[in-house]
Parts: sequence; structure tokens; C-alpha cells
Amino acid sequence: MANIPQKIIHEYLRHDKKFPHVWCAGCSNGIVLGSIIRAIADMQLNRDDIVMVSGIGCSSRMPVYVDFNTLHTLHGRAIAYATGVKMFKPNLKVIVITGDGDCTAIGGNHLIHAARRNIDITVILINNNIYGMTGGQASPTTPHEAIATTAPYGNIEPDFDICNLAMGAGASFVARTTAFHAIETQNYVKEAINHNGFSMLEIVSSCPVIYGRLNKKGSPADMLKHMRDNSITLAAKEKLPKEKTEGKIIRGILKRDERTEFTDAYAQLVKKVMGGKHE
Amino acid sequence: MPTKIKKIAKPVEEKPVTPAKSGRKIRLMQGNEAVALGALDAGVNFFAGYPITPSTEIAEILALELPKRGGVFIQMEDEIASISAITGASLAGAKSLTATSGPGFSLMQEGIGFAKITETPCVVVNVQRNGPSTGMPTSPAQGDIMQSRWGSHGDSPAIVLYPDSVKESYELTIRAVNLAEKYRTCVILLLDEVIGHMREAVTLPDIANIRIVSRIKPTIPRHWYKHYDENQKYLSPLASFGEGYRYNVTGLTHDALGFPTNKPNEANDMMERLRKKISYNIRDLVQIESREMEDAKIAIFTAGITARAAKSAVAAARAEGIPVGLLRPLTIWPFPDDAVRKMLRNVETVIVPELNQGQLIHEIRRLTKDKQDGNLIPIQRANGTLITPNEILRIIREVH
Ligand SMILES: Cc1ncc(C[n+]2csc(CCOP(=O)(O)OP(=O)(O)O)c2C)c(N)n1
Ligand code: SF4
Repeated sequence: MANIPQKIIHEYLRHDKKFPHVWCAGCSNGIVLGSIIRAIADMQLNRDDIVMVSGIGCSSRMPVYVDFNTLHTLHGRAIAYATGVKMFKPNLKVIVITGDGDCTAIGGNHLIHAARRNIDITVILINNNIYGMTGGQASPTTPHEAIATTAPYGNIEPDFDICNLAMGAGASFVARTTAFHAIETQNYVKEAINHNGFSMLEIVSSCPVIYGRLNKKGSPADMLKHMRDNSITLAAKEKLPKEKTEGKIIRGILKRDERTEFTDAYAQLVKKVMGGKHE
Repeated sequence: MPTKIKKIAKPVEEKPVTPAKSGRKIRLMQGNEAVALGALDAGVNFFAGYPITPSTEIAEILALELPKRGGVFIQMEDEIASISAITGASLAGAKSLTATSGPGFSLMQEGIGFAKITETPCVVVNVQRNGPSTGMPTSPAQGDIMQSRWGSHGDSPAIVLYPDSVKESYELTIRAVNLAEKYRTCVILLLDEVIGHMREAVTLPDIANIRIVSRIKPTIPRHWYKHYDENQKYLSPLASFGEGYRYNVTGLTHDALGFPTNKPNEANDMMERLRKKISYNIRDLVQIESREMEDAKIAIFTAGITARAAKSAVAAARAEGIPVGLLRPLTIWPFPDDAVRKMLRNVETVIVPELNQGQLIHEIRRLTKDKQDGNLIPIQRANGTLITPNEILRIIREVH
């Protein structure tokens, strides 16, 4: 049994090239990568048609390790590069791998505008509540009062709810799960890729080596158990009284909308101005 | 009056852009319009940009024209997104271009460095305006000469073209696209505000006579493909996303396959490759106009709109019998060192007029160390007004 996923992963990893990877032992990034690969394998997508784009951060290192068309760009800019790829070749499946800092701080402007356009890009945001790569500075999702190296007395800033942000900006598919829920992640990745429009999949994850240590969150396993014990599904939330859901991570597909996708709208425009000449 | 655009070596294009005998008419057009038409004729099929005076007409014309030809136009949320989108599109196979001005050009610098280190073809048009900061948006300046060379952090050799007329804006746009494709880099076209907005008559060449250069495509099997191949004067094939090659692109220092590396020898290979790609091909890249230089004792070295004033001044001074000539680089980076050194050898005085507080003059000083300080004369202005022919003529007379 355990052999099967191993084989799939090896088929998709560039294991002969740039390994070992940069991630710390115990980091959630590898678990998430496994879920993404299994989802893509299940969907039987042609690897030549997948473009995986990322910015800069620990999470953003992911594309380098997988055998797709991979584009590791600048801090915050993954969605803007992805927009160029998708607009020119709409038949490609464009997946963005990004972190909470990459996507909602420096890259926030690109996020909201891509969501507004509803361009068919699948954003997989690995939210570890910290700037991991640069050693533990506060991000827009660092919880209030949590410790970061740039918030040594506790974070006085309020944090972003990434899914609400994406929904408000117009993303037509929005879902949240955690790194612990590997099968759920796998399923949501499939749903997000299949959705024709801008999709945001937030995966609550853990950075045990930096965030975990600064905030005394225990071992990598403790942090994963916390995701299990401290999250509930959207369906469960709706049945529970408010005081029981306070502070919980809500998992589920939070929004799924059918509205005009941007490259489709552009194709329509081209058809119109070319007066049917382009067929 | 003998005018020649010296092709220091054989041109990139086998068939240079030449006016048509028939077909397309003479048209009165703005420099910005000429850039847009040049882009279309060069095969640009992707534009992403953000509005900014004095470059906006380029975006507006392409918003109208690209969809008619099945190309892509997209207005992005800012200039950082614009340079990112054109780079992404280029990797997907597009010939891509953006247009901006000072403040936007500053924002693009990190992305320009990314296009250069990843050797991704694209073109950035910078219609210069007065600065620093927001400056005077509708006034001319030549303040980005150094930024276009050194603006992005780290060492990254640059190809920067600089027209002095509307017609040349059209031609150099085509050349910029061709060079970007050939050298797999981000090529910059510097325009002056006045040229962007000035109207001049241009005879467009027949499409059939325009030499179009496109990136070389790999023909080898996927497992032999190196994204940064070291053959042929450092000019290597480029596969597009979706064509089965599945390579990695990163702004981190990388090996020949495109994977991140910290090894000094591999870092060195990459840096040398970026440098040699330009320096081994200087003769292909450099273009310089020389006018009346054969017997000149005084030379004017200048570029862009200021060269137009200088040309009038040279003509007037020659009529008075003063032996003065003009040198004008069409490619300002890489700087035409050898050509300039050679052409200034027999000259006693060099006048360098420019619309800034001294940029081109640093290069001339570097190349004319043998001349006394008093023989290198700056005319500099950064207040939003042009240097006039009369001002230059007055200096020529004084020197004479
Ligand atoms: C323009 C720019 N500013 C700052 C940095 C430094 N930097 C690199 S990664 C990073 C934060 C990454 O955090 P996040 O996106 O949350 O990813 P993580 O490492 O936690 O996965 C920062 C600030 C950079 N590379 N580029
Ligand atoms: S620093 Fe944190 S996020 Fe980065 S690899 Fe280590 S554990 Fe993972």
C-alpha cells in the first residue's frame, strides 16, 4: 500500500536533479507537495500542459522540484507572471504556489486584481503565519499577539483572513484546508484546478522550526495535531453555536461561483473585433 | 551633406528595414504611434502595461490594434505586474513588449533584472520624462541614460537603443524586438518625450521587406535540452512552455539547466555567459551615426532629441567654415567604445549636450583621457526645456 504513493511522487519529482530540497525536517511544505502531486496524478493531466509558478519563500521553492514547466519568479509577483502565461496560452493549466507573505503582503495587489478579473489561475497558498525563508518576521497572517522576530513583544497588528480577502476581491472558487488533512487537500486541489476561473486554496500549514519555536508550539507532530483538533468543517460550523466555533480553522469550499472567466472574455472580444475572421 | 549610419559590423537583420517602393503610404505620425506600429510590424503579439504620460498612446494604440490581429492586450494593476506579465507571456512563446515612463521604469527594474538573468526576450519602451520622482510629466529629459544601464541591482549587461526621430523610433522598435529575440534578453528602447509626441512624416516599408528575427527553437530531444546552452556565441535555443521541454526558470543564480546553484564555478559560468553574450557581439549591437566627422576638429557627441538640435548647429557652423562634426549613438548600451575612441582621435574638442546633469559625458570622459579637461565641454540642462541649436552653435563658435 505504502509503495503506491511513493512511486507516483517519484514519477513527478526531479529527484535526479536538484535534491536534497531546502525545507527543514518537519516542515509542512513536503506534505502539501505530496497532496498536490497525487491530485495531478489522479486527474491524469499532461505534465507538458502544467505551468507551476511561484514567488519567493520556502513554500515558493516547490516548483523547482517537480517535473512540470516551472517558473520561480520574484517575491510577490507569481500571479502577475502567471497572468502573462495564461493570457498568451489559455490552454495551459497554470498553478501558483505561494506563501502568506508572498501573496498577501508584497503580492497583495496582484492577488486582488487577478481575483477581480477571474482569470483561470489556481492559487495554492501555504499559510504558515510567518516569513519562514527570512527567519521569522511577522506576515499579514501572523496572529494577533503571536511572537515574530519583528514583533518580539507580540504582534499588535490584526491579521488577514485570506479566504475572505479572496472572496471580497472576486475569486470564484475559494477553499480552505490544512496540511494535516492530506486527502482533503488532494481533493480540493482537484476541485480548484477543475474550476474555470480564479481559485484560491488556502492550506493552513506549519513552520515548526521558526514559528513553532518562537511561539512554543511543540514538535512538528504537535503542530499537525493542532490542525486536526482545532479545525472544523464548514458544515459542522453551521450546526454549532458561535462560542464553540470561535478561533477554529474553518475547512471547506467556501465559495464556488460560475462567472465569466477572463481568457474566455478576451477570446470573445477578439472574435468580436475580428468580425468572425479569426476562426 | 554626408550622413552615414555606420554599421560597425554586419547587421543583425539580413534584410534591413527599408522603405517600400509601393504599398504603404507616407504618414504623419507621432513617435509613440511609430513605436506601436513598429511593434506590430515586428510581430509583437503581447502587450501588458500601465498608463503613464508621455507613453500612454503606445498602450492605447495597441489596445485597439492587438485584438484585431488575435494578439493580447492587457492593462495591468501596475508596472511591476506589467514587466512580470510580458516576461511570463514570452516564456509561453509571445513576442512581448511594454511601454512606460520614469516612475514606471523605476518600478520595473527588479523585473528587468529577472528577464535578463533568466534570458527571456522582451522589450521595455521608456518614453523619458523629466524627473526625479513625478517631476514634470509632460516635459522632456534624458535622465534615464544611466538607469537604463545600471538600474537593476547586480551586474547585468544591457542593450539600449535610442532613436532621434519618429521614423527611427519605428525602425529601432523593430530592431529592439529582433535583438531581444536573438539575444534572449530584455532590450530597452529609450525615447524622448518630445519624440514620443512629435509628429513627422514616415514612409512605412512594405511588410515583405521587414526583416523579422525570432528566437531559435530547440530541435533536440527533451532530455538533452539545456535552457542555457553555451553554443554559438552564447546565443541558445529557447523552448516555450507547453512544448514538452519542461524546464525550470528561476531568478536565483542557476546552472545551465536552470536549477538554482550556490557553486562559485556555476555562478561564474552564468555571470560570464550574461556578460559575454553582449561583449562578444558588440559589433552586431553597436550602431552609430557620424556626420561631417572626416575633417572635424570639434565633435558633438549627443543622442536622441538633443542630436536634432546639434545637427542644425553643425550645419550652421559648417556654413561658417567651422570644422565641426557629430557623433550620435543609436545603441547607447553597450557603449560604442571602440568606434567613439577611433572617431574622436583627431578631434581637439568634444561638446556633450544632454538633458540631464551629466550622464553621457562620463562615458566620453572615460574614452578621452588624453584630452585636457577644458577640451571636453558639457551642455547640460534638466529643467524641462530643450537645448536649442543656437546654444550649441554659440559654444561651437567660442571653442573655434
Ligand atoms: C523584493 C523582495 N523583498 C524581500 C525579499 C526577502 N524575502 C524573501 S522570502 C520573504 C518572505 C517569505 O514569506 P512567505 O511568503 O510567507 O513564505 P514562507 O517562506 O513562509 O514559505 C522575504 C521577505 C525578497 N526576496 N524580495
Ligand atoms: S523555515 Fe519554516 S517554512 Fe521554511 S522550510 Fe523551515 S520549517 Fe518550513
